[in-house]
Amino acid sequence: MTRPIYMDHSATTPVDPEVFNEMIPYFTDRFGNASSIHLYGQDARRAIDKARAQVAHLINAAPQEIIFTSGGTEADNQAIVSYMLANQNKGNHLITSAIEHHAVLETCEHLAKQGFELTVLPVTPEGMVEADVLQKALKPASRLVSIMHANNEVGTIQDIKELASISHAAGAVFHTDAVQSMGKLPIDVKAMGIDMLSASSHKIYGPKGVGCLFIRKGIRLPSLLHGGGQERKLRAGTENVPAIVGFGKACELAEQHMAERAEKLEKLAHRLREGILTTIPNTRLTGHPSQRLPGSVSVCFQFVEGESILLMLDSFGIMASSGSACTSGSLDPSHVLLALGLPHEIAHGSLRLTLGKDNTAEDVDKVLEVLPGIIATLRKMSPLCN
Amino acid sequence: MYSQKVMDHFMNPRNVGKIDLASGVGEVGNPVCGDIMHIEIKVNDEDIIEDIKFNTFGCAAAIATSSMVTEMVKGKTLEEAERITNRAVAEALDGLPEVKMHCSNLAADALHEAIKDYMAKRETASA
Repeated sequence: MTRPIYMDHSATTPVDPEVFNEMIPYFTDRFGNASSIHLYGQDARRAIDKARAQVAHLINAAPQEIIFTSGGTEADNQAIVSYMLANQNKGNHLITSAIEHHAVLETCEHLAKQGFELTVLPVTPEGMVEADVLQKALKPASRLVSIMHANNEVGTIQDIKELASISHAAGAVFHTDAVQSMGKLPIDVKAMGIDMLSASSHKIYGPKGVGCLFIRKGIRLPSLLHGGGQERKLRAGTENVPAIVGFGKACELAEQHMAERAEKLEKLAHRLREGILTTIPNTRLTGHPSQRLPGSVSVCFQFVEGESILLMLDSFGIMASSGSACTSGSLDPSHVLLALGLPHEIAHGSLRLTLGKDNTAEDVDKVLEVLPGIIATLRKMSPLCN
Repeated sequence: MYSQKVMDHFMNPRNVGKIDLASGVGEVGNPVCGDIMHIEIKVNDEDIIEDIKFNTFGCAAAIATSSMVTEMVKGKTLEEAERITNRAVAEALDGLPEVKMHCSNLAADALHEAIKDYMAKRETASA
């Protein structure tokens, strides 16, 4: 078998060897609990402080504004649940968008079931939340607006600065899920007016099981977990020191290489998109034509089903993902594709290829070599085509 | 996730296509659900399914069950074919993931529709 080609970087990424090397000592020799006052404890404390500074620097935050979590999902839960619970005496309305990751959408819906009022904003066919749509949804009871920075399925990037400013004008705080964008797109929480931001390490060549929540100074946000007083009492639980160290290093590397990686990824993605569109008829790109995550390619092929495409690609050693029902684990295709207004039958034929720093032009060419044949084979089998 | 048999029938589906002057045609599912199975049969004078072809839109389970059902009934009598269930098709493939048992395991239904269509046509012809 030929070398496997991984094009599912929005799902997860490999840990960068430089990151891994940084982590190793903290599993064995430097194993201290950062809450201990002795030598080993203080060594772990310093390691966490360093990582916190690395993460904060990447998004122009102060280190004290970052708390480490178990990942993006926990950060989203804390931002949304804790904020709404702490502020419910001032209003019980929250707003999100129809294309959020489930970590946000399900959390908001959980609150709605508890009696909070939820507005889920529609998006344009390109996946954009429009300013005036948000404007109209805001009211005096609105406490929180949570809109993702870059979408995980179709790659669309929102105008966070504008959405945050509209939210503030109405007296609401603004949270963004930046799991897909932090480390890939420039983020300046101050300039963009972000109050809370969730991010994850394993999307940017760091380890799994760690992420962070940025909480702007001045925002009062209780801990979601009850227990010890770690993270300035904002996140109970012994710190996962090796993972935090790795996350910090991954942020430092992401910041160093952001521009060059983005340029390379966009070049490859462009080649891939153009190649697909010119060789495979009845195909459409999904998401925004220009405001998109570097390296993100999302397409829908008419008359075929996504899981079948994935398994055939996998047989050629090419790993990707899809928003079809069969891969979403439900009877419906992805809520994101449906929110863009795509009919079910088109959404079933979705394919997402997300490129990473180690993909090459040869990888792209290999995909372009086999994909047209796969789609043709499946279409030959499809009653919708005959 | 899938058995070797499912993967074999998915990667190398048997009896894909159409039949000229098919005796019966059956189709189940719809594009909204993401599964459509279309089966055509050719039945001879002794009520034996001489030939069977399928076209399927759907996931690997949908394609593999379609392929498997065509293998199971080719050369069988209509009576034998009518007794084949969706569950039997799944078992012949060494099982399907639970989630697929409901949505993508409709190949026997498509076959039964094709037999029904053939019976109705025969009735009309003899009337």
